[in-house]
Amino acid sequence: MESDAPKQFEGTSSYVATEDLVVAVNAAIALQRPLLVKGEPGTGKTVLAHEVARALDKTLIEWHVKSTTKAQHGLYEYDAVARLRDSQLGSDKVHDIRNYIMRGKLWDAFEHEQGAILLIDEIDKADIEFPNDLLQELDRMEFFVYETKETVRAKNRPAVIITSNNEKELPDAFLRRCFFHYIRFPDADTMQAIVDTHFPGLKKELLESALHAFYSLRGVPGLKKKPSTSELLDWIKLLVAEDIPAEALRTKDKKEFLPPLFGALLKNEQDVALVGGLARGHGGLYN
Amino acid sequence: MLIGFFQALRNARIPVTLREFLTLLEGLKKGLAGYDIERFYYLSRSCLVKDERFLDRFDLVFKKSFEGLESLELEVEDLPPEWLAKIAERHFTREEMEAIQARGGFEELLDELRKRLAEQDERHQGGSKWIGTLGTSPFGAYGFNPEGVRIGQDRSRHRRAIKVWDKREFRDFDDEVELGTRNIKVALRRLRKLVRDGRDEELDLPGTIHATANNAGYLDLKMHRTRTNRVKVLLFLDVGGSMDDHVRRVEELFSAARTEFEHLEQFYFHNCLYERVWRDNRARWEETVPTFDVMRTYGEDYRVIIVGDASMGPYEVTEPGGSVEHWNEESGATWMRRVLGRWPKAIWLNPVPRAWWHHTHSIRQVNSLMEGRMFPLTLEGLDAGLRELR
Repeated sequence: MESDAPKQFEGTSSYVATEDLVVAVNAAIALQRPLLVKGEPGTGKTVLAHEVARALDKTLIEWHVKSTTKAQHGLYEYDAVARLRDSQLGSDKVHDIRNYIMRGKLWDAFEHEQGAILLIDEIDKADIEFPNDLLQELDRMEFFVYETKETVRAKNRPAVIITSNNEKELPDAFLRRCFFHYIRFPDADTMQAIVDTHFPGLKKELLESALHAFYSLRGVPGLKKKPSTSELLDWIKLLVAEDIPAEALRTKDKKEFLPPLFGALLKNEQDVALVGGLARGHGGLYN
Repeated sequence: MLIGFFQALRNARIPVTLREFLTLLEGLKKGLAGYDIERFYYLSRSCLVKDERFLDRFDLVFKKSFEGLESLELEVEDLPPEWLAKIAERHFTREEMEAIQARGGFEELLDELRKRLAEQDERHQGGSKWIGTLGTSPFGAYGFNPEGVRIGQDRSRHRRAIKVWDKREFRDFDDEVELGTRNIKVALRRLRKLVRDGRDEELDLPGTIHATANNAGYLDLKMHRTRTNRVKVLLFLDVGGSMDDHVRRVEELFSAARTEFEHLEQFYFHNCLYERVWRDNRARWEETVPTFDVMRTYGEDYRVIIVGDASMGPYEVTEPGGSVEHWNEESGATWMRRVLGRWPKAIWLNPVPRAWWHHTHSIRQVNSLMEGRMFPLTLEGLDAGLRELR
């Protein structure tokens, strides 16, 4: 496809991007709108930003949001304490307020010469008003610094990738300005491709048995935390390290329903008990 | 064409706005979709849908709006003739069928059938309700609509074009579908509201420093209110009897609720609230708590959520001694009124689909006791219920 955009994201050697994801990423970059990525934990939301930056050869600026993060932190902070101290010590710096303005991640991204990739990670962790406070800044890519009375404007609009784990509803006004992509849990084929990119030399039968064990484990009803892609990758790493043969995963013996090294997949003792209990033939989950 | 699509999305209650529509047009103008319907589907989906709950509905509307686009060509030999015959029987009289056969044979019949099916769909479903008809057909997932006929096309060369949105992979996320634990969590989070409550009692350190610095170094103390989660919830769960079918979902609701509130107390009851409730279902006969004690212990700022199917004998609600398990001195209705008097903010969540409510006398009774505050146990119902509790 021909396009005026210089570079297109197509997935990388270490990241398998489905076509819908590729379209969403490229559309967001071309139209200079933030891309909001949601999905089950461990489906590669955060990694996406890293890979986009790598594929497009741009700097990645990461802003990890916490429950205490304010929108202002991303713009700039005025370090009043340092200025107070300097005034007591009679430092000359105290006369220029610009010495006490700490740039935030957004500012960094705006000032970046080549136009960076800005990752706002787990935006739902912050206060419910947080996304609203960033509306203008992300829309116009500029903000005003009150202390110095200057406007910071993006030289090259950064591509913004935002991830959310759905802990809070995001405001409608914010959503309207974003592109949205929901990363579905990969189907077996995609999963195979993902594992192949991470473990190129993996024996075919081991991979097949591992995937089979993995999907049947995900299929157990009532699991509190279903194992995700990143956990599958960790588990395969362990299997390879321990040199577990493929037959061990294919056991027909009901008593050993739990696959070897299951600790990498099941992170919660109720789940382990649940799967173990199923194997011993308790039948229903709620008896 | 696209405006029709936009309208259809809005009719399907997908919250799309003009702004998003313009973004889509902008993207199309830049050639982001190319000339590929699949890319167009992906592009429009990521422009217009901002919540995974609507993805399934979007797929359906997309399918309906762009039906003809992937140039419908049926490969006759692919289609099992008995299916066609069956569908045709349902929709044409014998005379009509003969007339069509006489006119153009099989192709004509297919065309006519397609038209007929599409028409009928419009007529008795009224456009936006189209979604609701799914799943009733013996011909696959899509009921009596042209897709039923098009099944045979799967093996043809247009396979790719149809597949993506036809797969309906996001069905689980639609809010008219039953609740899963994840959905419940999202919904319950709406109830969680952090507010600044109480008097100015906490030293606002950054505020103080800022004010002091602004004040050229003279100390200027700032205070702010403490932040607390004000939402306190009492959960009453119905167990046993007719609720056994629903126990699993109720358990999910319960496990999701556990992590959401600081103050969450849960009690069990059977069928209707009476003078005793219990905390541990395994010890339900040994360790019961008088309902009066519960009423005395938890203040009226608690929100009450009762989960039960309210399906029982009418006497269990109205009469003293009506309970199936024990002798109750006072009727269930009396206890319900007492509980509602104590905690004005209360809702009843019912796992029985709303469409069936008026068939069961006791559900109507309980709903009227709740003054209409009974909601189905779906994400939509939960949403509406939580709004009621605010």
